[in-house]
Amino acid sequence: MGSSATREVVLILIVSALLIAGMPLLIGTYTLTVLVIYGMLGLSLGLIWGFGGILCFGQAAFFGLGAYTYAISAVNIGESTLPMILAVLVTAGFAALLGAMMFYGRLGDVYLGVITLVVTLILFKFMNSTAGPQYVIGDARLGGFNGIPGFQTLNVPGDPGAYIWGDSLYYVCAVALAVVFLLVSWLLRSSFGRIAVGIRENETRMALMGYDVAARKTVLFSIGAAIAGLSGALFANWAEIVTPTLFSLGQSAEIIIWCIVGGLGTRLGPILGAAGLAYLKFMLGQQSAIDNTLIMGLVLVLFVLFLPGGLVPAVASLWAAGGRLRRRPVRRMRRPRHG
Amino acid sequence: MAETVLETAGLTMRFGGVTASDHVDFRLKSRELRCLIGPNGAGKSTFFKCVTGLLTPSEGHVFMRGEEVTGWLPHQIASLGVGIKTQTPNVLDSLSVHENIWLAARRFFDPAEARDRAHAMIERLALGPIARSELGQLAHGERQRVELGIVTVADPWLVLLDEPAAGMSAADVERMTGIIHDLTRSAAVVIVEHDMQFIRSIAETVTVFHQGAVLMEDHVDRVMTDETVRAVYLGKKA
Repeated sequence: MGSSATREVVLILIVSALLIAGMPLLIGTYTLTVLVIYGMLGLSLGLIWGFGGILCFGQAAFFGLGAYTYAISAVNIGESTLPMILAVLVTAGFAALLGAMMFYGRLGDVYLGVITLVVTLILFKFMNSTAGPQYVIGDARLGGFNGIPGFQTLNVPGDPGAYIWGDSLYYVCAVALAVVFLLVSWLLRSSFGRIAVGIRENETRMALMGYDVAARKTVLFSIGAAIAGLSGALFANWAEIVTPTLFSLGQSAEIIIWCIVGGLGTRLGPILGAAGLAYLKFMLGQQSAIDNTLIMGLVLVLFVLFLPGGLVPAVASLWAAGGRLRRRPVRRMRRPRHG
Repeated sequence: MAETVLETAGLTMRFGGVTASDHVDFRLKSRELRCLIGPNGAGKSTFFKCVTGLLTPSEGHVFMRGEEVTGWLPHQIASLGVGIKTQTPNVLDSLSVHENIWLAARRFFDPAEARDRAHAMIERLALGPIARSELGQLAHGERQRVELGIVTVADPWLVLLDEPAAGMSAADVERMTGIIHDLTRSAAVVIVEHDMQFIRSIAETVTVFHQGAVLMEDHVDRVMTDETVRAVYLGKKA
């Protein structure tokens, strides 16, 4: 088991290095950066939904919260290192509180969906209504539906003048995604991850084994939110403005669609789903013949009807089937000897 | 040394106007094997659920090894070292046999020891050839066997089994009987069961439930020949 883990890490490192270096040849780094960020956001929901069985309709809330936390603290601090850390911690803390309330309250899945959805709506409505000058945190005006522009963007730690933008921002985001992917892989191999999958399968059985299901779900939910918060902070750096639309229901729904299309219960699926669909949306945005939400809807319907497991599991099973086909002739050659 | 490991005092569970469990006083000594029998709706399973924390009793108390555990949650009760099998199979369907048993062992042991224990348990239950199979694809009897492995892998001192023989083949029942006898060397075992054949083959002391209350508690032979018990089972007015 130890050696297979090492092999996987090496494989992940090689593939991510190739992708990080190769992708800019195909797509401009400006677009690529946001695809990578969305990939990380997709992974955050893919982790808690695909491996923890927690369907959160409000992953956008954590994305937005991370972005806003970054923007507000960057305006106040004028340097990006601490705001990046805060964006992750504040989001994780908020999710831990929200999660504890839901999981210790033993809410059913439906109510969990409703509550996470409503929290997203509340944040959206609240941020939209903060246009007045009285809504200030330190030096940062919340700015209502106009959002917060003009905050300190990512810089080399300790040197506020050395901005990281353009190509460099792409490399930072891509490496961050690779690191998060490695951490998620490690988490899923650990006892904690295996127990989380057990909880996804059957909460009652896990409780009867003696596991504190509520505590474990709260921690996993919080880890997922931390990843979403990090992607939100990176998004703020890419967009150089944060607005309440980060909290919109459309955004939340899209994250769920990414996971379904990419493939739940895989690590790669939600990332590919996110980047693929976001790129499709970007391409469709350049034409005006067909409304692009229509296409997105169509993609979702087609996937649910014909490929309900998602893209990555389908490709994996094709690959396995191909492997069997390739091995078959060997067996046929051996058979006559026995006969 | 006959320490009391499980005791209930005046345990009562009401659902609206129905009293499913009516002032049950129950005592179980360490390493005792006890069967709970009774017709459908007699309150066996309600009693079982109150003891395991799946239900919180309306009245009364539950003690385990002298500690009051009334109103505890299932995971707290299980953490004491109590193995629990519910009436309906509760297993992790899309995981392998090994992973199911490993997770149960991991709660009480470090990963390496959990792996060794899972291997040993798989050997003992003769699940070796299907250790890597997904549970959802196995036959009912095999799944029951895996669940027995989940329940017992961490050496519990109290094992609570709700209808362990339901839907099992004769061979599986026989294997299970052997395992349960092994268990009683280190643990007290409570079995809720319908199957009189199985009860006869395994039981010593039997507690008979009727209309939520304990009707009688005696050695299996005397219970089986008792007029009142026979009347209850046959649905006659005693």
